[in-house]
Amino acid sequence: MALLQIFEPGQSTVPHQHRRAIGIDLGTTHSLVATVRNSIATVLPDEHGRVLLPSVVRYGAEGVKSVGVEAAARQAEDPRNTLASFKRFMGRGLADVTRTHQGDLPYEFADAPGMVQIRTVAGVKSPVEVSAEVLRVLRQRAEASLGGELTGAVITVPAYFDDAQRQATKDAAQLAGLNVLRLLNEPTAAAIAYGLDNAAEGVYAVYDLGGGTFDISILRLTKGVFEVLATGGDSALGGDDFDRRIACWAIEAGQLPPLGPRDLRALQVEAREVKEALSSRDRARFHVRLQSGEPVDLTLDTATLESLGANLVAKTLKPCRQALRDAGVDITDIQGVVLVGGSTRMPMVRAAVAEFFGQAPLTNLDPDQVVALGAARQAHLLAGNRSGDDWLLLDVIPLSLGIETMGGLVEKIVPRNATLPIARAQEFTTFKDGQTAMRVHVLQGERERVEDCRSLAHFELRGIPPLPAGAARIKVTFEVDADGLLAVTAREESTGVSAQVAVKPSYGLADDDIARMLRDAFDHARDDLDARALAEAQVDADRLVDAVRAALAADGESLLSDAERSAIEARIVALVAARAGSDRSAIREATDALSTATDEFAARRMDASIRSALAGRSIESI
Amino acid sequence: MSDALTVGAPGRSGGHGPGSDPFALLGLPRGMSMAPHVLDEAYRGLQARVHPDRYADKTDAERRVAMQWATAANEAYRTLRKPLLRAKYLIESAGVGLGEQDNTAMPAEFLMQQMEWREHVAEARAHRDDKALRHIEHAIRSAEVELWPLLESRIAEADWPHAADVWRRLRFLEKLHDDIEDVRSALLD
Repeated sequence: MALLQIFEPGQSTVPHQHRRAIGIDLGTTHSLVATVRNSIATVLPDEHGRVLLPSVVRYGAEGVKSVGVEAAARQAEDPRNTLASFKRFMGRGLADVTRTHQGDLPYEFADAPGMVQIRTVAGVKSPVEVSAEVLRVLRQRAEASLGGELTGAVITVPAYFDDAQRQATKDAAQLAGLNVLRLLNEPTAAAIAYGLDNAAEGVYAVYDLGGGTFDISILRLTKGVFEVLATGGDSALGGDDFDRRIACWAIEAGQLPPLGPRDLRALQVEAREVKEALSSRDRARFHVRLQSGEPVDLTLDTATLESLGANLVAKTLKPCRQALRDAGVDITDIQGVVLVGGSTRMPMVRAAVAEFFGQAPLTNLDPDQVVALGAARQAHLLAGNRSGDDWLLLDVIPLSLGIETMGGLVEKIVPRNATLPIARAQEFTTFKDGQTAMRVHVLQGERERVEDCRSLAHFELRGIPPLPAGAARIKVTFEVDADGLLAVTAREESTGVSAQVAVKPSYGLADDDIARMLRDAFDHARDDLDARALAEAQVDADRLVDAVRAALAADGESLLSDAERSAIEARIVALVAARAGSDRSAIREATDALSTATDEFAARRMDASIRSALAGRSIESI
Repeated sequence: MSDALTVGAPGRSGGHGPGSDPFALLGLPRGMSMAPHVLDEAYRGLQARVHPDRYADKTDAERRVAMQWATAANEAYRTLRKPLLRAKYLIESAGVGLGEQDNTAMPAEFLMQQMEWREHVAEARAHRDDKALRHIEHAIRSAEVELWPLLESRIAEADWPHAADVWRRLRFLEKLHDDIEDVRSALLD
């Protein structure tokens, strides 16, 4: 699997081939997929011409499943098995979900540690699996539309998503059979779409109020560089909250009796429709028939909606102020404010944004589509479809990363809004003679106390060489990549021994869980899979051998010792021999062995090529 | 300029990797004077060549190297972008410690002024008085305007211990600015 990712699309034997790449906006309320065709980004509709896929999954008895419009239409009928707004559960524990929703969700949650799980008629489901259902439908839509397998996908996430939420999204994409080129922040994706279409330069704000999340990003756009200066938000604030306020209003105004899950869901569905209607009208009828047969017939006007939602809108302004401060820009420096997310259609939101930024927001783009369109353009670029107008994206980490220290305090290691990628090292020592293991608790958030931050994981370092107390110097390196995902490595400095890092994610899935879900997903297609896997292994082997031979011819002389070179050549011979047979695992093993043996060589070539590019730069500038 | 050229020399610092001198990495002359747009352009130019997104279709090993360079580029930019951090790097790389935590060997007069400003900030907070905050900010800025040329000349003369003294005072003032900003945010929320 890893090698497939490595050599596809790279090292393709067919140069300049167009690679099929897509951008997916995996939203709280609905999701969509876009691609770049003939250098134009375009959203892909389903066979009925519908672009938006409701992010709703319904599990029926006997493995029947529906996703999208059909599932959404039946949510009031079978609320327990019809899952909606599950993006809010990604990377979250049961306690988080019950705290933010106060029991108004119609689901039956399983009592399990880690990420929240939902009991359905088809078994216990993780939000990751449910999200994968939506992604799988979009993948199939794209494959049908583009006429073949995809090279990869860019999946968007709220900028304010923490590490657990990002990892959960990436897991869902992999579960759906997508090769993830990049996780891209939603406001950044919108900025790419807007910036490229309008040749925009200067400092822009992207205000993104979606169904369940709020993001604010401040970006500087300069000659092909999209530089995020700061980001902020609230990963549990969105259009859903307005719907709930309206539903509560209906319960009070209509003096309704205590309601069951079906009625509650029906009220929320109606609340959303009424809210949307009020974006273009002054008053709207709120009409629902309860399970008891009793009708609810009310009228909501914009003034009431504004009073219901006023403090939700106000809650978005504090992160705006903070982001401006973190970005080090004044409100008058903002060239334009881009609106993203369906909830920004509400006139009260537009008015609040206009007042805060002192200018009317830009509304010449579709707030539902702009994120997917930007993601498609980034995917097109990352897949290696060079078009001459390359751009560079520099994004930031939304929340500080830290570790637990004495007394339940958090020591910051990586500050929020640091540009990615970033690496920070921290030294630890042992406090007992002969101590060979230690635990590091990693958290994300801005507060000082452990209980006020998000627990990401416990890392256990093992294999520390036994030394007297305080003599071991363990350097733990925290690396955050361009996707905003954290990796931890550890090394004992005095002996140079690498400690093993075992990760226990607090709200993530263990590798075993993912393997099980993959098995479940592919159970029916096993035979197909075997034949395909052999073919893939052979293709990968051929590509690797070709690539290594080419690299040896170019740089083998200058970058490798004789011994290193003959070690690599021996592995080539072994792989060519395995490739001649039909034992898939033997081919994979020999491929992995050659790949490992050439890692250092590849790194040296890359380093040399960067150095020569930079040396050229220095001479030019003299 | 000679520093910039050594970036291209292979095999420096043992293995591969970008090295840790931010000036050399960005191809800029070592020193305090640096026009912001020159630094910004050098940084963007460097990232345009080394960022892992440029190598998204390459092997894991190659992308790992790109990530090391991009990480170093970010670190270098961070170190040089704010003049106070740039000065800190220059002073510390000359082997003089800044002792941010414990060194309070400062003129008594300066410390008195500090305490007075802090009291004013606390009062302004209690009275929710933004005008008073702006007044203190103005006074701090005047103090900074006096100290900056001093720091720059100490660094230019390579008089590191005295540069460190001035740096510590400027750092105090920066912290005061931060405190004022905190108060302002608190008043708005």
